[in-house]
Amino acid sequence: MIKYLGIALLYAGVLFDLIGCIGLVRLPDVYNRLQAATKCVTLGTCMILAGTILMTTSLILAIQGIICLVFILITSPTAAHALARGAYKAGVKLWDKSIVDHYGEDQS
Amino acid sequence: MANKIILFLLSYLIWLLLTWPFDFSTGQINVQAIVAGFIASILVAMIMREISYHRLARLFNPLRYFWFCVYILVFSYYLVKSNLDVAFRVLHPDLPIKPGIVKIKTRLQTDTAITALANSITLTPGTLTVDYRNDGYFYVHWIYVTTFSQEEAAARIIGRFEWFIHKIFEG
Amino acid sequence: MYTPIFVFLYFALLACCSLCLYRIWRGPTPPDRTVAIDILGILLVGFAAIFSASTGKAYFMNVALAWALLSFIGTLALAKHMEGRNFDD
Repeated sequence: MIKYLGIALLYAGVLFDLIGCIGLVRLPDVYNRLQAATKCVTLGTCMILAGTILMTTSLILAIQGIICLVFILITSPTAAHALARGAYKAGVKLWDKSIVDHYGEDQS
Repeated sequence: MANKIILFLLSYLIWLLLTWPFDFSTGQINVQAIVAGFIASILVAMIMREISYHRLARLFNPLRYFWFCVYILVFSYYLVKSNLDVAFRVLHPDLPIKPGIVKIKTRLQTDTAITALANSITLTPGTLTVDYRNDGYFYVHWIYVTTFSQEEAAARIIGRFEWFIHKIFEG
Repeated sequence: MYTPIFVFLYFALLACCSLCLYRIWRGPTPPDRTVAIDILGILLVGFAAIFSASTGKAYFMNVALAWALLSFIGTLALAKHMEGRNFDD
């Protein structure tokens, strides 16, 4: 029973990964791509790891999977934040149809 | 000194979890891994710069762990919701997005609390932290801006988390 | 290892990786490429996790952990470089 739950989590995780990567290709500028990709791929990979933890019988694999899950959940938003800030400092403009930019107003 | 001991215990615990030198089926213990981890953790604790834990006693306050568990439940709900939201926006043929960077004010003070709040903002519906200014302002990229007012944006973006994080890290 | 359940997952993840590679190839600015590289790193962690689920071997999870650490550090270094700062602050 718990094995089928694990397989369902694996499939849901891969589905979210796929949606995140479609967002990476479809959305118009760096910041939107970063949003879609970071959220979906983080949750997708965490679901894959959770499915692996449920399916396995080995204790060490489960422990390492939990460490990996917590690590990804902490570091992925941090990396996204660093990338967004780096992209803004590197001079990448917002999309043409963006409606508000308080950051640029405060910088100048 | 107490900080270094905490750092040593933390790194040794993570080492033991990563290598896992116990084998319950045969009852054997891998002494090599335990000793090597002990030496490596002492070296790490000696070399690392002092990390200051203000008010150490707060680590042992059980109420904070209770709020942490509640927060994990609330957070998972918003995590799944945000993913469904992004999936809707990405798969919709017209791309219903209206992006912009807004500025919001937070009342949190400590570094840990601000980091936790920034990570929560990034993983919840439609928002991504871009920068933090030292006087308490976040710059947040919002994929569907619904309001220009600073107070209303703060209420919509961090209103649901700020209270929890204040309870957990500063309470 | 090659049961149909897992083979489908491998192909779906390969499709994700090729979408990321498309963004790395096409990305109009350097930050676009960096974002795609970061996402590719996290996808490969998922790949290693699925391998360890299908084979039951624990060492694939070691690969996933090491890859997560290295990809995070690499992304931070690239972000700092884009920002125009040195690596030591």
